[in-house]
Amino acid sequence: MLEARDLTIKYDERIAVTGVSLKLTAGNITALIGPNGAGKSTLLRALNGQLRHTSGAVLLDGEPIEKFSRRSIGRRVAVVAQEAELRFPVTVLEFVLGGRFAWAGNAGWGWETDRDLRVAEDVLCETELVELSGRLMNELSGGERQRAVLARALATEAALLLLDEPTANLDLSHQATLLALVRHRCDQQQAAALVVTHDINLAAQFADQLLLMKRGKVIEAGTPGAVLTPELLREVFEVTVLVDAHPVTNAPRVTPVHDRRS
Amino acid sequence: MTTRVTLRRTLIACSALAVAVVFAVVLMSLIGSESLPARESLCAIASFGTSQCGLGRDQYDILFQIRLPRILLAAAVGGSLATAGASYQALLRNPLAEPYLLGVSNGAAVGTMIALVFFGANEWSRPVLAFAGALIATLAVYQLARGRAGATPERLILAGVIVTTFLSSVIVFVTTLMDATRIRSFTFWLLGDLSGTTRTLLPVAIAIAVLGTIALTLNARSLNLLMLGERDAFDLGVEVGRVRVLVFVVASLLVGSSVAASGSVGYVGLVVPHLVRLSLGSDNRLSIPAAALGGALFVIVADTVARTIIAPRELPVGAITALIGAPLFIYLLKRV
Repeated sequence: MLEARDLTIKYDERIAVTGVSLKLTAGNITALIGPNGAGKSTLLRALNGQLRHTSGAVLLDGEPIEKFSRRSIGRRVAVVAQEAELRFPVTVLEFVLGGRFAWAGNAGWGWETDRDLRVAEDVLCETELVELSGRLMNELSGGERQRAVLARALATEAALLLLDEPTANLDLSHQATLLALVRHRCDQQQAAALVVTHDINLAAQFADQLLLMKRGKVIEAGTPGAVLTPELLREVFEVTVLVDAHPVTNAPRVTPVHDRRS
Repeated sequence: MTTRVTLRRTLIACSALAVAVVFAVVLMSLIGSESLPARESLCAIASFGTSQCGLGRDQYDILFQIRLPRILLAAAVGGSLATAGASYQALLRNPLAEPYLLGVSNGAAVGTMIALVFFGANEWSRPVLAFAGALIATLAVYQLARGRAGATPERLILAGVIVTTFLSSVIVFVTTLMDATRIRSFTFWLLGDLSGTTRTLLPVAIAIAVLGTIALTLNARSLNLLMLGERDAFDLGVEVGRVRVLVFVVASLLVGSSVAASGSVGYVGLVVPHLVRLSLGSDNRLSIPAAALGGALFVIVADTVARTIIAPRELPVGAITALIGAPLFIYLLKRV
């Protein structure tokens, strides 16, 4: 569905991402992990066509992404980013309907169709926001707002979801709820998701595939079990970790070991 | 306001406002230092000036040569400035963005003055150079305000202050090139003055107000998303670059044509969109056309006050709009 081949991205002269290849396939969640400044968000922005790559290719359904118009990318790829500060009052429903923009016949003055409203209602149900649909976005709690941002992305009906630290600022239960929704979309509608996250343990539990990055390069890619080894994590994060199996899910569990004596 | 904006709701609200504008045009044309007989005047207006309906020659001329053109210009200027303000606010994600405060009006004023000083004989040079001035000022403010974190509201207003003060000194400089007898009328014009309506500029101002509002309304759904963030809008399929260029060019045309005709009438683009959003919600598909009609209404009323409050002498209409706008600006600044 979405593929990056030998991708290199430069900011001015600085190389942010170099020689990255990855493939997002239907039904799979891929988590992108790595230290700050590894180029994770940059990579995500390039996969959406926002950042131009210096060399390599981004292929959307087999075609170079540059060939698609902004709107047709909007119908295929949805992004969940850190939400911007809202300075104008909008209701949750209006916000979520924004996800239907790319489907409008007339981009400018188009009005929502019955189908748009139905899709919005469905995702509001899915994200448990129905009761809040008439409320203003800036009256919501952080967790509710983040759910609304996800709801808008789901409303695009895009088969590809790119999520940039979607669980930052969320408490434990909301983190799990949010990723469960992404999982559900991947299982039910054969969507593919790429999640940039700092939470390695959450990634280990939800992702089918991990991509470990450092300084713009992919150090290792594979199943959580293959990527989350003490040696690799030590090399990438420069910290000693203990990796054992989660007693319930059996997914790898990473615990940093801070030696107090040193 | 929590009800969703629909086409039906937009048409109802805009029709109601349009009726109010027509009503204001007719009513305000009867008011002034020379009072006109209501029934005869209404009859003459209803006949579109083809019949005098018993009005004296002087009265007829006051109505059709002086008052109605001035009121129609007030409507065009008000509509233009409010539409420009509403679109700047959506595009720049800033409830404080306004042509006058951003220095765009001053840019247009410099253009107009250059036209007057160097191409005085050619009336067309005024709106053209005013447009160029407005566009240059817009781009200058936008570039100055853009930081690494994007343009914050405070940064944008500061950039507007810098450009405004710089252009004000250019205006002072150009003023010194004028002969002393014209300076007083220029000072008036700078503050926003509708008394200088001309037969050439009035149709231009009206046409630009109408076409500009239509062009921006047709991009209102994109502006709805831009209002929530440039990056989000881009992700959802908005061609951000194209919409930005369109808003800058069309808004500069709107501001340019109104400044060329009437000087810098301030705060219209702040007061009107704010009131519209407060009563009808933030959806630009409704708030842009509603701001255009509301702006027309606002400046028609403000100008009637300006020309009657100390009659037979007149105030510049900009003094009235600023009197209402400045306190609202302070209120909004505290809330941003």
